[in-house]
Amino acid sequence: MDSRKLTTRVWSSLSSGLLCSAPLFVLLGLGFFGPLALVILYSVQPRGSFSPFGTPTLENYRDIIEQAFYLSFGWSLLLAIISTTILLIICYPLALALKRYSGAMADILTLLVVAPLFVAENIRLQGWVLFFDKGGFLDGGLNHLFGFGPGSLVNNVPSIVFGMVYVYLPFMLFPILLGLSNVPADVREAALDLGANKWRIFRDIEIPLAMPGILIGSLLCFVISLGAFSEAKFLGKGVIVTIAQDIESAFTFGQNWPRGSALAVLLIILAGTAVFFAMRKIDLNKVLGTR
Amino acid sequence: MPAEPIMELRGVDKYFGNLAAVNQITLAFEEGEFFTLVGPSGSGKTTLLRMLAGMDKPTRGDILLRGERINDRPANWRPTCMVFQSLALFPHMTVGQNVEYPLKCRGTSPSERKKRASRCLELSHLPISYYDRPVTTCSGGERQRVALARALAFDPEILFFDEPLSAIDYRLRKTLEKEIKDIQRETKKTFVYITHSLEEAMVMSDRIGVMRDGGLAQIGSPHEIYSNPVNRFVSEFMGEVNSIAVKRHEGGELWCESLGATITPPSVLDESFSQGTLMIRPENMHLVNPGEARSTNVFSGELFNEYVLGSRIQFQIRCNSDTFLVERLREAGMPKSGDQISFGWSPEDSMLFPE
Ligand SMILES: Nc1ncnc2c1ncn2[C@@H]1O[C@H](COP(=O)(O)OP(=O)(O)O)[C@@H](O)[C@H]1O
Ligand SMILES: [Mg+2]
Repeated sequence: MDSRKLTTRVWSSLSSGLLCSAPLFVLLGLGFFGPLALVILYSVQPRGSFSPFGTPTLENYRDIIEQAFYLSFGWSLLLAIISTTILLIICYPLALALKRYSGAMADILTLLVVAPLFVAENIRLQGWVLFFDKGGFLDGGLNHLFGFGPGSLVNNVPSIVFGMVYVYLPFMLFPILLGLSNVPADVREAALDLGANKWRIFRDIEIPLAMPGILIGSLLCFVISLGAFSEAKFLGKGVIVTIAQDIESAFTFGQNWPRGSALAVLLIILAGTAVFFAMRKIDLNKVLGTR
Repeated sequence: MPAEPIMELRGVDKYFGNLAAVNQITLAFEEGEFFTLVGPSGSGKTTLLRMLAGMDKPTRGDILLRGERINDRPANWRPTCMVFQSLALFPHMTVGQNVEYPLKCRGTSPSERKKRASRCLELSHLPISYYDRPVTTCSGGERQRVALARALAFDPEILFFDEPLSAIDYRLRKTLEKEIKDIQRETKKTFVYITHSLEEAMVMSDRIGVMRDGGLAQIGSPHEIYSNPVNRFVSEFMGEVNSIAVKRHEGGELWCESLGATITPPSVLDESFSQGTLMIRPENMHLVNPGEARSTNVFSGELFNEYVLGSRIQFQIRCNSDTFLVERLREAGMPKSGDQISFGWSPEDSMLFPE
């Protein structure tokens, strides 16, 4: 009798869980797994084919290896690593400050970080182009005032990195903030009381306890900057080509869907590997406080 | 000449904005004593302890360690250690790593660390098999012991405790109270303990300080404070008590309006006394048998409730608009609910607080 009661209980909790997550499964099926399957299918079609159901071939992958696509992969990877590192260095102290200043000060800082998200990324990046370009706001203004200016500060790799750091800042800041909220003030004080200095508290207590948030932020920033596109296009103006730009031109300008799909599959594998290794170290339940 | 106190507070204030959380406290701890601070929640106990441990600075006044002013010395430079109300264990470490942390900060070698950690686990009654367990898998009582072992590993000159047992069930709390007291006897260290529970304070302490609104209402041995409270607040805080509003009456007697009777005071009344509260502990009240010849401080009323407290029994007696508590040893032939009974007390067992 008891065991039957238990089974029904388990079933009802299971089914309510299933019911609640059903919209998510539908969304994932339609919006993620479907397109993913299609992309994989296209990636093994003959060059320039527009049907996903031709004879499977690996020629697109061979083309990618033979032609110099590794360059754009390399740039994307390098840009992702550099911008994620810079974001970590900027956001950690910023998150600490946000946590320390409660009340109005924290609200203002949060607003400053969030407000740009209300404007489309492309428009914001174009704004920076107008600001940094030769004869733009900065150069033109300085020229007008002092008779000389720095010239164009765009069309180079550092400006691309700047754009990525600027656009992805919230994606690093808020996960770190969440991570830091897992460091109770009294645990920090206990360490101090037991003789730990500031450096030790940082290394032994703060970083390990905030690590899930730090990892999630880094992962988010790494994966989205791996697929970055607009920064290189607008601020870099073609000085380098990222993998996302290659994919775009394969689909549009090149009219070669199978090649674009094969590039996309490789990018997904790259990002997927990063996610896999990071997720092994993160206990999501702990971060979100569900356990 | 008494020995120099190990730690001393001189006129210490702590303000949070306009609120005086700690107000003009002067107090000295003797080497090796078990001192307990009791007081209702919000009376400033935690604030006081945080200043002693070095986590907060006094707004005014001095804190001295063996005669040396240490106001500005941070917590990690003080030979003191605190067991937090929340315990504040390191959740990402094992029991062993938690206990060894203070030794690690000091650069003790791993083998020496493990030796000391084992000794401290033993002192706080944790089996050595817990050494490698993640601290998050420990129960409430075990965590309590880990926190204690960690503080002992630090080997402080003074140990502070901020209501460490408040979240633990009654029976385990009793056990841990005794263990903490035993550890204090064994290590001969100075313990400064905070609690809002009078019972805890009575069981463990050599001396008790009663706090109220940021100040110290009274300092003394448990017995002194219980039997000679300096004011009504302390008297009520230290346990159940019968209180009667009284006025001065002719012939050196007191007059109680609600009972409509005269009462003999505990001692000759002060010249200045006009009115106040008379307090008698329930265990100092007695029942008066019908034939017994007693003249003063005897009243009668209806027994309307009785509580058995182990070997003792407590009667609730209604007398006009007042309710009195009388606590006696349980024996045969005691009155029952509904009985009309007489009760009273010896004048010297009552306490009079003028208003
Ligand atoms: N950091 C703080 N900021 C403002 N007020 C505080 C702070 N800490 C304590 N208080 C106030 O000081 C008073 C004493 O608090 P506390 O020392 O925690 O009392 P207790 O430990 O006896 O319960 C309370 O009124 C509390 O609200
Ligand atoms: Mg407190």
